[in-house]
Amino acid sequence: MAQSAEGDLSAKPWLLMSPALAAVALLLVIPVFFIVVYSFWLRTAVGAVEAGFHLDNWAEVLTDPFYRDILFATIRIAFITTVLCAVLGYIPAYFIANAGRQHRLLLILLLMLPFWISYIIRTMSWINILGASGALNYGLMGLGITSEPIRMLYNEATVILGLVHFLLPFMILNIYVSLEAIDRNLIDAARSLGSTSWQAFREVTLPLSLPGLAAGSLLCFVLGAGTYITPMVLGGPTDAMFANLVFEAVITQLNWPLGSALSLVLLVVLGSVVALYNRFLGLGQIAKSFQ
Amino acid sequence: MNDQAHAVEIREVAKRFGDFTALHPTNLHIGEGSFVTLLGPSGCGKTTTLRIIAGLLEPSQGDILIKGARVNDTPIHRRNLGLVFQNYALFPHKTVFDNVAFGLKYRHVSRDEMADRVAKALELVQLPHLADRFPRQLSGGQQQRIALARAIVIQPDVLLLDEPLSALDANLREDMRVELKRIQDQLGITTIFVTHDQAEALAMSDRIVVMRDGLIEQIGAPEEVYNRPASEFVARFLGNSNVLPGRVESRDDRAIKVAIDGVGTILTEAVEEEGAAEGDPVRVVVRAEKLQLAAPEAQAEAGTSILPGGVEAVDYQGQAARYFVSVNGHQMQAVNAIDERPFRKGEAVSVRIRARDCVLLPSSKTEG
Repeated sequence: MAQSAEGDLSAKPWLLMSPALAAVALLLVIPVFFIVVYSFWLRTAVGAVEAGFHLDNWAEVLTDPFYRDILFATIRIAFITTVLCAVLGYIPAYFIANAGRQHRLLLILLLMLPFWISYIIRTMSWINILGASGALNYGLMGLGITSEPIRMLYNEATVILGLVHFLLPFMILNIYVSLEAIDRNLIDAARSLGSTSWQAFREVTLPLSLPGLAAGSLLCFVLGAGTYITPMVLGGPTDAMFANLVFEAVITQLNWPLGSALSLVLLVVLGSVVALYNRFLGLGQIAKSFQ
Repeated sequence: MNDQAHAVEIREVAKRFGDFTALHPTNLHIGEGSFVTLLGPSGCGKTTTLRIIAGLLEPSQGDILIKGARVNDTPIHRRNLGLVFQNYALFPHKTVFDNVAFGLKYRHVSRDEMADRVAKALELVQLPHLADRFPRQLSGGQQQRIALARAIVIQPDVLLLDEPLSALDANLREDMRVELKRIQDQLGITTIFVTHDQAEALAMSDRIVVMRDGLIEQIGAPEEVYNRPASEFVARFLGNSNVLPGRVESRDDRAIKVAIDGVGTILTEAVEEEGAAEGDPVRVVVRAEKLQLAAPEAQAEAGTSILPGGVEAVDYQGQAARYFVSVNGHQMQAVNAIDERPFRKGEAVSVRIRARDCVLLPSSKTEG
């Protein structure tokens, strides 16, 4: 009697999880498995793809300094973007968390508003601002500050600008969630004990919001390092990021095996970052911002 | 300068939020070293008053004086007050030691003195061995003791307690009540305690300030507020009371005879300040535990009224029972110690009311 009840109990969670597990298997595990298999195939000189177990792609990806340099550049760009997002995101997050209840909802709605416009459109909008005939140059020339349009687009700085623009809401939301969860009484308690509002922020608010800051940083880093549209739209010919290599291999050269090997390299690098984060900080915090 | 005698004084302090008045202009003096409770239901203005004294809320008008000095413009961190919250509000990322030492960091205290004072505070709350723990590793009762230690270690001028016991379970709450009172006595620290729990207020306070709808209803010692409520609200809020509307039938200088509507006449003791004249509408307040049930054949003694009644319901509580008694169709409550056996439902009884247990309220205060 007791045993059958126990048997039911142990089967039930699996049964309830089965739709999610099926989705993960079908949409994630199996496609990645195919990519792994693909990466060992080979594209011959005539353009045909030959199945089998070839290490040529892996040898090329792991030894050619071209790929290594772009991987490092990608990590650098993602890192700078993350730091900028953290600094620029904390202030609005703090502001929203401390706004009145009604204003808070409105501000969060405004924060979500950009997501209703395609990410590509949002990225391309910078061309209308920073381009040779964009708003900024138009204004500068109109004011007579410059006679020739200043070249502002298509470099690493504009790639980072585009990424910050894209990723800032994720950072703000994550920091906001951890700020909002802080008990107001803690600040009042700190103040009553003799700290100024700045000291109370440093001693209580900031340390208690670090989990949100860390979660936001992880999201920004992973999303930033995996993007190819921003460098494609806002970068120059030398500003390719790692995902651009995958795009180039798969879409332009139709070299699926090489593209598979490249994407697995990115997967392993970003996966390690996530694993490290989970080891030291735990992934639970990220889930909170989606509640 | 008799201001010196008051640790805290508020003068004509009011707080309005838009159209809503949380606190009407209020005056209150709190003597040095006393334990004063602000008691009332939620929304009565007690927490608003506490937060204004603490500096967490700005009053719409009026002055706040601490130790005779006006502090309206003194920011909270320079008021030197100890605050304890209902949810403890311990810093979750700091150890117990760092929590308690927090206030000392801003008071230019040497490292040795800090360790010494934290140790003493932890000893006072009887948790000297928990300094290295984090708040989440402590029980609710322990957390509240640490919160108290954190508030008193800075030697505040006034200790402000905002429903500090409400989050604890019943047994623990009674222990903490005794504990809190012991610590307050030991330190002689002026304490303002906010609660909606009349038992806490009665057990701990030197004085109780009963509040309702942003107004003070009555200020007095616990026995005074309990035995001589100034209004029907106070009578009902502190324990079970019977409030009987009626009319003064006759009075002499020792007793007032009141005809209770539809029930009968009862005798109340005449207190000189009560100006009730013959024919005036009044209300008689009798506490449930002062309403004595007896066998139906009992005779009235001098200074006692007897009314015939029947037991409608019995709420058995062990050493006592609460009875709902019908007297000529009007329901009254009586809480009596049980002698041999409780009265049973349906039993006929006589309801005995002593004149000196009655409090006479004028009828005009109905809305108050």
